[in-house]
Amino acid sequence: MTPDAPARRDETHRTALVNDPKVRRIALQALLIILLSFAAYSAVKNVATNLANQRISSGFGFLSQTAGFGISQALIPWSETMTYARAYMVGLVNTMLVSAVAILLSTIFGFAVGIARLAPNFIISQLARWYVELVRNLPLLFQILFWYLAILAAMPPPRSALNILGSVFLSQRGLTLPQPVIQPGAAILGVAALAVLAAAVMIVRWSRLRRERTGFGMPRRVSLGLSALAIASLVAVFLLAGAPLQLDAPQQGRFNLSGGVTMMPEFAAFAIALTFYSAANIGEIVRAGIQGVGKGQTEAGRSLGLRAGSILRLITIPQAMRIIIPMLTSMYLNIVKNSSLGVSIGYPDLVSVGGTILNNTGQAIEVIAMWMATYLTISIATSLFMNWYNARIALVSR
Amino acid sequence: MKHHNRILGTSSLILTLLAAGVATAGPTMDKIKARGAIVCGVSQGIAGFSIPDSTGKWSGMDVDLCRGLAAVVFDDPNKVQFSPLSAKDRFTALQSSAVDLLSRNTTWTMQREASLGMNFAVVNFYDGNSFMTKKALNVKNAKDLGGASICVTAGTTMELNVADFFRANQMKFEPVVFVTADETAKAYETGRCDVLIADASANYSRRAQLQKPDDHIVLPELISKEPLGPAVRQGDDQWLNIVKWTHYAMINAEELGVTKANVVEMRSSANPEIRRLLGIEGNLGEGLGLSKDWADRIIRHVGNYGEVYDRNVGQGSPIKIERTTNALWTKGGLQYAPPVR
Ligand SMILES: N[C@@H](CCC(=O)N[C@@H](CS)C(=O)NCC(=O)O)C(=O)O
Repeated sequence: MTPDAPARRDETHRTALVNDPKVRRIALQALLIILLSFAAYSAVKNVATNLANQRISSGFGFLSQTAGFGISQALIPWSETMTYARAYMVGLVNTMLVSAVAILLSTIFGFAVGIARLAPNFIISQLARWYVELVRNLPLLFQILFWYLAILAAMPPPRSALNILGSVFLSQRGLTLPQPVIQPGAAILGVAALAVLAAAVMIVRWSRLRRERTGFGMPRRVSLGLSALAIASLVAVFLLAGAPLQLDAPQQGRFNLSGGVTMMPEFAAFAIALTFYSAANIGEIVRAGIQGVGKGQTEAGRSLGLRAGSILRLITIPQAMRIIIPMLTSMYLNIVKNSSLGVSIGYPDLVSVGGTILNNTGQAIEVIAMWMATYLTISIATSLFMNWYNARIALVSR
Repeated sequence: MKHHNRILGTSSLILTLLAAGVATAGPTMDKIKARGAIVCGVSQGIAGFSIPDSTGKWSGMDVDLCRGLAAVVFDDPNKVQFSPLSAKDRFTALQSSAVDLLSRNTTWTMQREASLGMNFAVVNFYDGNSFMTKKALNVKNAKDLGGASICVTAGTTMELNVADFFRANQMKFEPVVFVTADETAKAYETGRCDVLIADASANYSRRAQLQKPDDHIVLPELISKEPLGPAVRQGDDQWLNIVKWTHYAMINAEELGVTKANVVEMRSSANPEIRRLLGIEGNLGEGLGLSKDWADRIIRHVGNYGEVYDRNVGQGSPIKIERTTNALWTKGGLQYAPPVR
């Protein structure tokens, strides 16, 4: 038996190469990759040939052509003579703007709703409950149309716009405010503002250190005096630089107000609808988070003599955050995705502007691919940020 | 829902394109005959061009062209399935073969033929973009519109023309863009915009449907050329020719005085042009794969161009658009057809 052993071992080794599960697995994976790449390659090739056969243009060359259409809200400079790529960016910025505003406002409002639902006060908790039930159970699209029509119906026509404080106007065309216009010399003002800000930060930090060391804060008189000094010096620089910021006040024109900056009713209605809808969901997330923190924590806080507000702020919420953040992340992703519904009320978002590009160029596949890539990127960026934040919170917890 | 339509349309386009070796120069006629009906892409509702009534029966100029085609192919004007499409979805629907033709107040432009893989057959209505506004605003002239808010439908020529117009006249405007024509019109009606821009014909037809038509005025200026006509996919010349000659038969019939009412009598006319049109002499239809009496069928079931115009958008309709550019060439208009010979 023994003399045979080495030979047999050799034998097993040779069979193993074919039968070795590891080798097999790798070979199988390689085969799969080859098959998938072949499928992808032939799909792309088929699409390209078929498009060419049908004489439909393809490729991304259209992006550098002149767009030629107007967009009602542009946060980056825009005119019809710019390219399709630029138009797409304008739509993207509009999508990000409404998403960001809705995320910010619905987080604040949602936390208030979640806390209110658990409030000992019966009326407050019932109000919060009914709000959540009502808003969560109505389709978002319906709510968007509701707010849009409500705003248009409630506002006066532009010729009889509501005038607030002389230079703010409210009408069916939106909310128009005076616009600060930067004049030459504004750079000096900017530098001065930065300097004052830096000084303020340093003084605050110094006084905090002092308080920690000596137990004495800065006397009220001194802090008020310093604030006044800061403001006075800024005003002085402003005047010395020849008032480099001027307000462009809106004026009644033939149809609309001209001048100033306007917040479109489409934006307002859409931001309100997204905020209210998302806040109801965030309220539920917050409630679940708070209820997920053991009762003992609150009781411990109470026995330390803390007040209800302090218990919430110092004990419950920080621990609840660990439950809340992951759910909040998926809610934020929903807000970004829901921001594509703005097209239904004429908000010039990515879908609206992209749709116009799609129609004018006929390049459906390219535009849809761009949409998918863009939403995917925004969503991944949002969840990466939230994961980072979550990890940070987890570290702080004890 | 409309948004889902587009996604569906695009997905089916992508699926069609993924298939290897799609027959592009496909015999549309074979498919139509096998199906037993023509699938005709129309609008979601513009009175006079394509609109369903309460029983779901479609009528209008663009609808009658499709009925004429069904008469040619099946000797039955009702063998048409109408597929309502928003301006945005229409080209994808045609490209993906979801419809056999678009007969949907669509403007013939170079870009659409150069890069969308489609061919326009004829112009069945010469039109132009125009502005509708409220009389109370006291606008006399399109050049007075500087600073106005303008409601526009997405995916239309208007979206580009309005920008061109204001740029050329160095005026500012605020475009508010909606996906369907109904949403656009509703926004105009609620006061979101001072102005609605559309094809003049669509503006007249829309005005008639507003709550108080007399409070609104369609400005006389046409700011663009909008030759509207039916379009087919590129690569099937036989089908393109059939669509062309269906329209031309209606024009020639009007020119020769052949009407729905007198077509049977006219078969015994001595006029050689009439005899050729009605297939009494010669057999031109067969060359297109049609019957001898192909044109007779159109006139018998649908009528000539003048009749179609009159009952849908002319004096016999509530819209009452003058013939002007759409009059026959013999009456100072642009409607002209090559001879049947
Ligand atoms: N002729 C223009 C406009 C066609 C168009 O879609 N017009 C709108 C309003 S003028 C319309 O008919 N909408 C009806 C609908 O969406 O069903 C084009 O081809 O781009």
